[in-house]
Amino acid sequence: MIKVKFKVNTEEREIVTEPTKTLLEILRDDLGLRGTKEGCGKGECGACTVIMDGKPVVSCLVLACQLAGCQITTIEGLSRDGKLDPVQEAFIEEGAVQCGFCTPGMILSAKALLMGNQNPTDEEIKEAISGNLCRCTGYIKIIKAIQKAAKAQRAALAPNTSGGTRKNRDQ
Amino acid sequence: MFKEVGRNVPRVDGYALVRGKPVFTDDIDLKDMLFIKFLRSPHPHAIIKSIDTSQAEKMEGVALVLSYENAPRVPHTTAGQGYPEPSPYDTVMFDRKVRFVGDRVACVAATSPEVAEEATKKLSVEYEVLPPVFDPEWAMRDGAPIIHDEKDSQGILDPQHNLVGEVEVKVGSLEKGFKEADVILERRYEVHYAQHTPIEPHIVITWLDENGRLVIRSATQVPFHTRRICANVLGIPIQRIRVVKPRIGGGFGVKQEVYLDYVAGWITLQTGRPAKIELTREEEFISRTRHPIITLLKAGAKRDGTLTALDMRILSNTGAYGSHATTVMYNTGSKVLPLYRCPNVRFQGRVVYTNLPVAGAYRGYGATQGYFATESMLDELAEEIGMDPVELRKEVHIKEGETSPIFQALGEGREGISQVISSCKLPQCIEEGLKLIGWKKKPKEEGRMSRGYGCAIMMQGSGIPAIDMGAALIKMNEDGSFNLLVGATDLGTGSDTILAQIAAEALKVPTKKIIVYSSDTDLTPFDVGAYASSTTYISGGAVLKTAERVLEEIIRIGGEMLNEAEGELIAKDAQVISKRTGRSVTYEEIAKNSLYERDQHQIIGSMSHISSQSPPPFAAHFVELLVDRGTGKVKVERYVACVDCGTPINPKLAEGQVEGSIINGISYALTEQFIFDKNGRMMNASFQDYKIFSAMDIPELKVVLIPSHEPSGPFGAKSVGEVNINGPCPAIANAIWDAIGIRFRETPFTPERILRALTLGGSSGART
Repeated sequence: MIKVKFKVNTEEREIVTEPTKTLLEILRDDLGLRGTKEGCGKGECGACTVIMDGKPVVSCLVLACQLAGCQITTIEGLSRDGKLDPVQEAFIEEGAVQCGFCTPGMILSAKALLMGNQNPTDEEIKEAISGNLCRCTGYIKIIKAIQKAAKAQRAALAPNTSGGTRKNRDQ
Repeated sequence: MFKEVGRNVPRVDGYALVRGKPVFTDDIDLKDMLFIKFLRSPHPHAIIKSIDTSQAEKMEGVALVLSYENAPRVPHTTAGQGYPEPSPYDTVMFDRKVRFVGDRVACVAATSPEVAEEATKKLSVEYEVLPPVFDPEWAMRDGAPIIHDEKDSQGILDPQHNLVGEVEVKVGSLEKGFKEADVILERRYEVHYAQHTPIEPHIVITWLDENGRLVIRSATQVPFHTRRICANVLGIPIQRIRVVKPRIGGGFGVKQEVYLDYVAGWITLQTGRPAKIELTREEEFISRTRHPIITLLKAGAKRDGTLTALDMRILSNTGAYGSHATTVMYNTGSKVLPLYRCPNVRFQGRVVYTNLPVAGAYRGYGATQGYFATESMLDELAEEIGMDPVELRKEVHIKEGETSPIFQALGEGREGISQVISSCKLPQCIEEGLKLIGWKKKPKEEGRMSRGYGCAIMMQGSGIPAIDMGAALIKMNEDGSFNLLVGATDLGTGSDTILAQIAAEALKVPTKKIIVYSSDTDLTPFDVGAYASSTTYISGGAVLKTAERVLEEIIRIGGEMLNEAEGELIAKDAQVISKRTGRSVTYEEIAKNSLYERDQHQIIGSMSHISSQSPPPFAAHFVELLVDRGTGKVKVERYVACVDCGTPINPKLAEGQVEGSIINGISYALTEQFIFDKNGRMMNASFQDYKIFSAMDIPELKVVLIPSHEPSGPFGAKSVGEVNINGPCPAIANAIWDAIGIRFRETPFTPERILRALTLGGSSGART
């Protein structure tokens, strides 16, 4: 057993665990963060994607012994006080969610892209989410949603514009 | 004009889903949970001579080992269909015989998945290995190994020849039809095994509630069928079972199967403890699949493009068990042949067992397989008579106001019901699609690349006529909001949202006033479940009727409050208004009045809906692709789909259904395949080796909804969930022909196959 300290969303966590336990298991079973999904357990589907120190990783392939001092962002950490992140907002508005099972991982891959690239091309978006499989949507509306989120983010960051406020969801 | 219908209302469950809220089956915690793992057969066909479970049972943490020795033996079908199911009762929980590599031998319930897995390895099994049969044509012959020789199965037509079922229907005279033809072609087409691959694999959790009732929380498309089938297999009353369907991580038909729920249920009944089964991705691949089908199609046509005869004979391979075997076979004719105006038709189908993974329901349900044959054949005929393939389709497809004798002759597992097509915008779909694709406008050759254009037309149904039933319940709350309870099963399609829109439209309130709950056999009224493209049309019909009944009640009470006769009242914007005086009462006032003040009662209503019709949605697909003559790789450049689904209740969600079906269909046509070893073991049961499309692989896709008004549907709606998966295989095959002049009659169109055909020359795929 090892003791590891790392940060999940805004909270410092310290757990005692087997060194080979996966981050996915730690998040779901030890920390009760059920937003991270398991679709294959082998790093092939991307449903368990989280952001680790700014980069998207499949949490089923990250082991406890790799976690010391890391910052992990899960889907639960993306919205603050019920206020959605622009990516989440855009996924709802554009119809990018169908069953919703790939959605948390997909949103986090998109978020990781937009943290480093404010104006991605469709090709860059496709590449960024190429490790996240979705069987429901055909990806079309997901790509649109990520473009929309990028635009919203640019507007929010741009100085001297009033485009930073997003319209409220009416449903 | 509609206020709520036809609007892109955001999903009612979207806010929870994008925040990763614990809404799926696996997202709950229960104490003392047992985890169940299966031991699966390494042989395609064998008798279990003995099982020694003693080593496994001795392991710490093992609660129960289950096999044919101690599991109840109740023959049933795993197909989640209406009662009585048209599929054979050829399955038991654990049998003494195993029939494909991966068949269940035993299972272990233990305190952790790791212990359960480890314990399955300690089960010592002695097999008597039997000769297997993998080829469906050989399976029917005398002397082939008999897969289902057990005495207690029911509903298998001819077990001695591995024949599950057969059908033959004739319309007109083939002899006359072929005599009138200028051109007769006879071809063999083959479609392959495939898997649905929902990103959430099958999962079920069971426990006993405080009253000793069995709760089954399951990723299922069919909660009510699950309850009925489990009661039968477990030998307990339906009354003792509650099935809860939370959010589902995709289904596409594979979760219309009831085969894990009762295993977990039995473990819970025996141990009193919660139990969970979660399939691994590898297990999911061989859980249920698409029926591979061989079609022999003989067609006669005149030079002017009139079809004179169609003779379609199919052989479907259901694998080791007959789940959905006969119904998929019927559908290959009944959802395909009525699309074509042709007076002389024969449809003959046979479905057989083999020692391969079990087929089942998969989006398209036989029609996908059938359209590959008919839509390829139309192009072959067009070539032969020197006609443009699109022009030929315009000529032969069924039109509004017409009927087809096939509707009557062929149903789903039985005779059909005649119907006249009352909405069909296929001509407009074809015109619009031609325009958008720029049909054959670009140059044919670009270096090593050859460009091709292809098209296909298709239809499906909307529910199973006179069989599928859905019910809804609406109750009014004192703030003027409404609970809508439906047995209809949203498996990711967005049906909760569109059913809320239908209710809102009829009740004259915004959709946000509707609180939807689906589905729970204790709380929601019956619905057959999410399959056969039935939810919008059938369950939506039930919601509409229920809302209308509740509205009548609201207006009646509003009238009493306003002292007005009912004829003098209208409902609008959550108010009842007097046409005479303009005075009004709000829904909130009406609900409060009814609950607390006068003639106190709950405003509530429930109605059921069934339809004698199954109005088809229609679609026309166009594809532009490039074939790399150096590598054999097909790159789909652009894909256009024009779709008539009646009134789209929520256009964005309807588009999502179309887009998802088409990308799934293109992936099926080009990259997805099962690779078996000589024992019938699937060798590529992972996303690494079974390639489904990622975002990098998709073409430019344009979807256009061309609304029609279907008079029998809620607000004019028809289905949209399945129809579009039927297009990609034939459209792409036709475009490959256009590009390189080679006809592929066997799916998928992999680079290996195409390169081989390019190198060897001539036609490829199935024999002609």
